Amino acid sequence: MPQGDYIELHRKRNGYRLDHFERKRKKEAREVHKHSERAQKAIGIKGKMIAKKNYAEKALMKKTLAMHEESTSRRKVDDNVLDGAVPAYLLDRENTARAKILSNSIKQKRKEKAGKWEVPLPKVRPVAEDEMFKVIRSGKRKTKQWKRMVTKATFVGPGFTRKPPKYERFIRPSGLRFTKAHVTHPELKCTFNLEIIGVKKNPNGPTYTSLGVITKGTIIEVNVSELGLVTPAGKVVWGKSGLSNLVSQQILFQL
Amino acid sequence: MEDETVNNVMCQFTDPEGTPLGAPLYLPQNAGPQQLQQIVNKLLNNEEKLPYAFFISDLELVVPLETYLQKNKVSVEKVLAIVYQPQAIFRIRPVNRCSATIAGHAEAVLSVAFSPDGRQLASGSGDTTVRLWDLSTQTPMFTCTGHKNWVLCIAWSPDGKHLVSGSKAGELQCWDPQTGKPSGNPLVGHKKWITGISWEPVHLNAPCHRFVSASKDGDARIWDISLRKSVICLSGHTLAITCVKWGGDGVIYTGSQDCTIKVWETSQGKLIRELKGHGHWVNSLALSTEYVLRTGAFDHTGKTYSSPEEMKKVALERYNKMKGNAPERLVSGSDDFTMFLWEPAVSKHPKTRMTGHQQLVNHVYFSPDGQWVASASFDKSVKLWNGITGKFVAAFRGHVGPVYQISWSADSRLLLSGSKDSTLKIWDIRTQKLKQDLPGHADEVFAVDWSPDGEKVASGGKDRVLKLWMG
Repeated sequence: MPQGDYIELHRKRNGYRLDHFERKRKKEAREVHKHSERAQKAIGIKGKMIAKKNYAEKALMKKTLAMHEESTSRRKVDDNVLDGAVPAYLLDRENTARAKILSNSIKQKRKEKAGKWEVPLPKVRPVAEDEMFKVIRSGKRKTKQWKRMVTKATFVGPGFTRKPPKYERFIRPSGLRFTKAHVTHPELKCTFNLEIIGVKKNPNGPTYTSLGVITKGTIIEVNVSELGLVTPAGKVVWGKSGLSNLVSQQILFQL
Repeated sequence: MEDETVNNVMCQFTDPEGTPLGAPLYLPQNAGPQQLQQIVNKLLNNEEKLPYAFFISDLELVVPLETYLQKNKVSVEKVLAIVYQPQAIFRIRPVNRCSATIAGHAEAVLSVAFSPDGRQLASGSGDTTVRLWDLSTQTPMFTCTGHKNWVLCIAWSPDGKHLVSGSKAGELQCWDPQTGKPSGNPLVGHKKWITGISWEPVHLNAPCHRFVSASKDGDARIWDISLRKSVICLSGHTLAITCVKWGGDGVIYTGSQDCTIKVWETSQGKLIRELKGHGHWVNSLALSTEYVLRTGAFDHTGKTYSSPEEMKKVALERYNKMKGNAPERLVSGSDDFTMFLWEPAVSKHPKTRMTGHQQLVNHVYFSPDGQWVASASFDKSVKLWNGITGKFVAAFRGHVGPVYQISWSADSRLLLSGSKDSTLKIWDIRTQKLKQDLPGHADEVFAVDWSPDGEKVASGGKDRVLKLWMG
């Protein structure tokens, strides 16, 4: 049962005790001594905990002090000439969406030093058919074995409807269907979540390409229109293809 | 039978400011723009026939009056107000090909500027140099080194005898365009980078020796190149100044990130007016007389002047002719996606607010005849506005990236825009359509300029080359 805030009520009615603030000050003044005594005496896990807390506090204080000191000390930051010059009207806007820019000069750079950086693709490993497909037994006695289920990630176009079960030789489970890819730009070190347009080529064979199976080393096409890439003629680039590398569903991508 | 009776319509000619020309006239309805042009020339007692364009309620009249009346269902009972606007007597060919791609700069080209007579070209770049280019052979002429950091802005004096550049380190340097040598030591005083430079108009003071520079540190400074020092410091803005213009009436306009525009008097540097209204940074200012102030005494005929006095006289004539009897108008483009049209000499309140852009307005520019205002915005469009009333006229869409800079042709019939999408586009004001697409840059286009004689267009961008375009 709550007792109510009788202390506040009393204070409201009668005010503080005459020595209240004196006592408070003294208590606070003693607090460090008490803390120190406790810290010196505590052993075992308690001691460790106190030490850790004290250390953290001290580090934090040092950090704040250093920060303030830095702001007062005069340092010339923009003395040296930096790369990537921008006109005066863009100088105050540099930080806005710079990461989104996949500029054509990167393409240029790629031409200049082709092969200098490579997308860390793993060796394309041939995937055996029994790894790619799971045999599904059908029929009343489960004796028929003509049906296959794809066990890898696939891309299925947006307009796809499944065939009737009798004619559906390959099942592409909806849980393994991918519509978007994380596309990493190796130069900019930034990742974009882009829609997949299609599977261009699966190194394991044309059947897999037509099924839309995405394994390591598959070339997929993604929609880059929102990145604002422009062709030399000034048209927006719509689709771009690149190699996929299924490392935790991340698709590395070469422009 | 009836045709003869309804075949006339009462018309009243007015000039763009609304002053009527003569009494209302009965005009035959089959009169087209050509007939109207003859009538106006007659009424104005022009000795040589000047071309005019005619506007009825802000729409250009291109068909005979009859067709217009039928199409728009205008009552023939009322007096039809026809606005006549003088057109340039010369015509500038639209540029359509890249005549030269000149490499030379080792970093992005941040600014390009033709000299007022259109014979010289200078560019400032991120490689800390200013380069002067030979326009006849299309090769680099001089490389001017001396800046400590990126050269952000360059400006030619209206008599074409000096070139001033400002850098990111905050120093200004004056160059002799004939030799490419610096004239004297750098002018220091600004604490942060230079955002804009504007020269004193030649009709106020010839030969040119004063200019104003604006800086990120919130100050504008008036410099005298004969004394080689800062004469007056205009301080008052609380944030960076983004744009500065020296007006034809001898006042300085500064637009700032503190959302205000300040008007300064130039003999003592006193603040005479503060124009408030914008809700965000002011990015760009444009004066209705800006083009004639920039070109000074030089016009399309390519005349040269021997003495500064003569130059001053001709410049003053040109300025007065351009200005007419209306006060100087100012347009400001802002980060709040709007623009304001001001008449700072008349009132401190805006004349009109121009809304319509969906992103910040990066650059505004009055057409050389002062009839139009063009604005470049990050919403990928260029919009055209009436320069006198501030009414919206047309939007030019076609760029696929933010539009950075625009430039007018000297006859006010064509507009050039440079964009982040690496292309330049030329827009026709009459048809309000894309006239020419100029791809070729490999990266963002930071700076464009149309030479005052109309022969060439220069552009520079992040791909480090300077491109010259010709018609």
